[in-house]
Amino acid sequence: MGNEYRIALAGNPNTGKSTLFNALTGLRQHTGNWAGKTVSLAQGSVEYKNKTFQFIDLPGTYSLFSNSKDEEVARNYIVFEKPDVTLVVLDATSLERNFNLALQVLEMTKNVIICINLIDIAEKQGIEIKERLLTNRLGVPVIKISARNKIGFPLLLDTIDRIVTGAIECQPLVLQYPDEIEEKIRQIEPHVRAIVGDHVSARWVALRLLDGDESLLDEINRLITLKGAS
Amino acid sequence: MVQPKIIKLVDGEKGNIIKITDLQLDGVMRRRLLDLGFIKGAQVEVVRKSPLGDPIAFRVSQTTIALRKEESSKIEGELISNGE
Amino acid sequence: MHIEQLYKEAQKLSTKQLRDDIVQHLHERSHLLCQEGITYNKAKKDTKTEKLDAIFTSPIFGFPIMMIMLGTVFYITIAGANVPSSLLADFFGWLESQLTALFTFLHAPEWLHGMLILGLFRGTAWVIAVMLPPMAIFFPTFALLENYGYLPRVAFNMDRLFKKVGAHGKQSLTMAMGFGCNAAAVISTRIIESPRERMLAILTNNFVPCNGRWGTLIVFASLFMAAGFTGGMKSLVTTGILVGIVLFGILITFFVSWFLSKTALKGIPTHYTLELPPYRKPKIFDTVIRASATKSWSVLVRAVKVAAPAAILTWVFANIYIGDSSILLHAVNFLDPFGRLLGLDGYIMMAFILGLPANEIVLPILLMGYLSTGSLTEVKSMVDLKKIFLDHGWTWLTALNMMLFSLLHYPCGTTLVNIYKETKSKKWTFMAFLIPTVIAIVIPLMITQTVRFFGWI
Repeated sequence: MGNEYRIALAGNPNTGKSTLFNALTGLRQHTGNWAGKTVSLAQGSVEYKNKTFQFIDLPGTYSLFSNSKDEEVARNYIVFEKPDVTLVVLDATSLERNFNLALQVLEMTKNVIICINLIDIAEKQGIEIKERLLTNRLGVPVIKISARNKIGFPLLLDTIDRIVTGAIECQPLVLQYPDEIEEKIRQIEPHVRAIVGDHVSARWVALRLLDGDESLLDEINRLITLKGAS
Repeated sequence: MVQPKIIKLVDGEKGNIIKITDLQLDGVMRRRLLDLGFIKGAQVEVVRKSPLGDPIAFRVSQTTIALRKEESSKIEGELISNGE
Repeated sequence: MHIEQLYKEAQKLSTKQLRDDIVQHLHERSHLLCQEGITYNKAKKDTKTEKLDAIFTSPIFGFPIMMIMLGTVFYITIAGANVPSSLLADFFGWLESQLTALFTFLHAPEWLHGMLILGLFRGTAWVIAVMLPPMAIFFPTFALLENYGYLPRVAFNMDRLFKKVGAHGKQSLTMAMGFGCNAAAVISTRIIESPRERMLAILTNNFVPCNGRWGTLIVFASLFMAAGFTGGMKSLVTTGILVGIVLFGILITFFVSWFLSKTALKGIPTHYTLELPPYRKPKIFDTVIRASATKSWSVLVRAVKVAAPAAILTWVFANIYIGDSSILLHAVNFLDPFGRLLGLDGYIMMAFILGLPANEIVLPILLMGYLSTGSLTEVKSMVDLKKIFLDHGWTWLTALNMMLFSLLHYPCGTTLVNIYKETKSKKWTFMAFLIPTVIAIVIPLMITQTVRFFGWI
């Protein structure tokens, strides 16, 4: 029997993320609670090459800086629940803002696929996307799809498969900040690593602490208690 | 050289393009606006007003975002085009 | 080192400018990526959205179009649901007589027939006949508007009004969701980022009639209010009445929001951003039909799950006697004076109380109550249905009050549970129960007393 893998779907609102989720999973959906939290997220499964991909539809958000409950939910899932792959769905017609979220996800986790959706509409508007170049720049697979017309699904599923089997290794771009910020990250990062270990990206936590993200503290304390207990 | 004209987003007319120079907002609202692309140096186009005059929709970072006058009166920028 | 200590250290290093710089940097990088990886052919810009917005958010046409859209969705729902609803009712009536014949043939005991057929079967059959057709039409029609991108325009047009009462324009989106299901709408208020406005949206969502109440509202609007009309005209009048009821609910929403903004939820409106995404042609089958079918099915399953035990319970109450009348009748008699004051009666009050788990079952319970005590009329069509109500002294006033009480009363059990989950506050959950209940009592009371005072009835 195949193994089960969890694939989280993140993205801006109005990018067709839910359309993709519905198109992939069809009627094999249910609402699941996770880790004793009251938040429920839609889940749906797809069978592929003797494996089960369990897709989780995260709330659509503009960023993952925990400015709202939805952002916190999405962020906590990606960082602390550690899905096997995080799929970031972008709107091909407004990539400039959409890349923002993608870059944030790349700071949080390693196994990421960038899914550029609505490619059919973008092409009609004369937008050309060089996905190879973007793959090189970002260090993770970039795939063009149209969730409405089910274009690009075989490649998408195959890419997920190759990530979970280790055939592709993601090397997400490490975004370099101005020197002044990098210096501060360097001061904090070793201390963070001493607390959280390798479970979450110490660089990311350091950045969030500098940014003043207080809501993260509770989550990290919970993580430490969990680890201490096990 | 003509001195660039500084106006508030709320005072923009339909079609104006404004390059943001200052955000006089704090806290979560500032964060939210930054996330949406209302950052210094960004070019914002005034798209349309709501039937009742407020909010106003702006084109920023390839998307259309509506803001109330409480916020759009606290964002300033250079008027760089009147949109003909 | 503790994480809290580290946080304090980090805050010492940090400046207000730092966050701006981080975001600025992310944007610059995004911009760079776009410059390198994407070529834009400006000639083919999307002008469709612009043209449509010029109409849908126009100072002249914006509001009328909104009203027409709302009315059209209701009209399609009502007119379209008429025939399948009565066909289903006929079918279940026929099935009931067949089942009764079967029970007689098997010499099944009377109480078993009563409980299973007159209680369980009739109750659930009604839920399906009254609920399923409007749901199967309403969900896809609404999903069409939603997928097309029209709803954010409603929020854009309406925001000024919401701001006036201290609420958020996105509340119109959560209200729209409420037409489907209030419990789901309470969860959808998460799109409102500021806690105060979100609380307003949660507390007032119930004033939008959900699917479980549609059935009740449509039945009474067409039976009593549009009684003098036939055919297409009847549907039109029913639609008009329903639009009126919905507008009244919106009015109450504004009033309650305004009142709470001035009292318990004082504060200035905060945090407003609303995206107006491009209009996009929906994929009819995938997103509209299938999503609606799934949704209708799950709502129906929930309704039947709740309706079945409630139906049995009602039948048992109606058939276990203490002294010379049933438990149900004792309760009804107890509630009757209060019900009369509101222009209702004890049966109706009882139905709303037993209907707390789900609004869908209020009407079936009411019918069962009426049928269990009167002569056991077979309800085979809408005409029989009206006769039952008339036999119990209903007038247009009773129907109006029933509709208003249904519109305004406390949220269903599922919604209350969700409100508690979302607010994590017993106090506010209780308020979410109390505020509508008080309003649902006061308004019919005022109407009834006024009508009686002037002797209009």
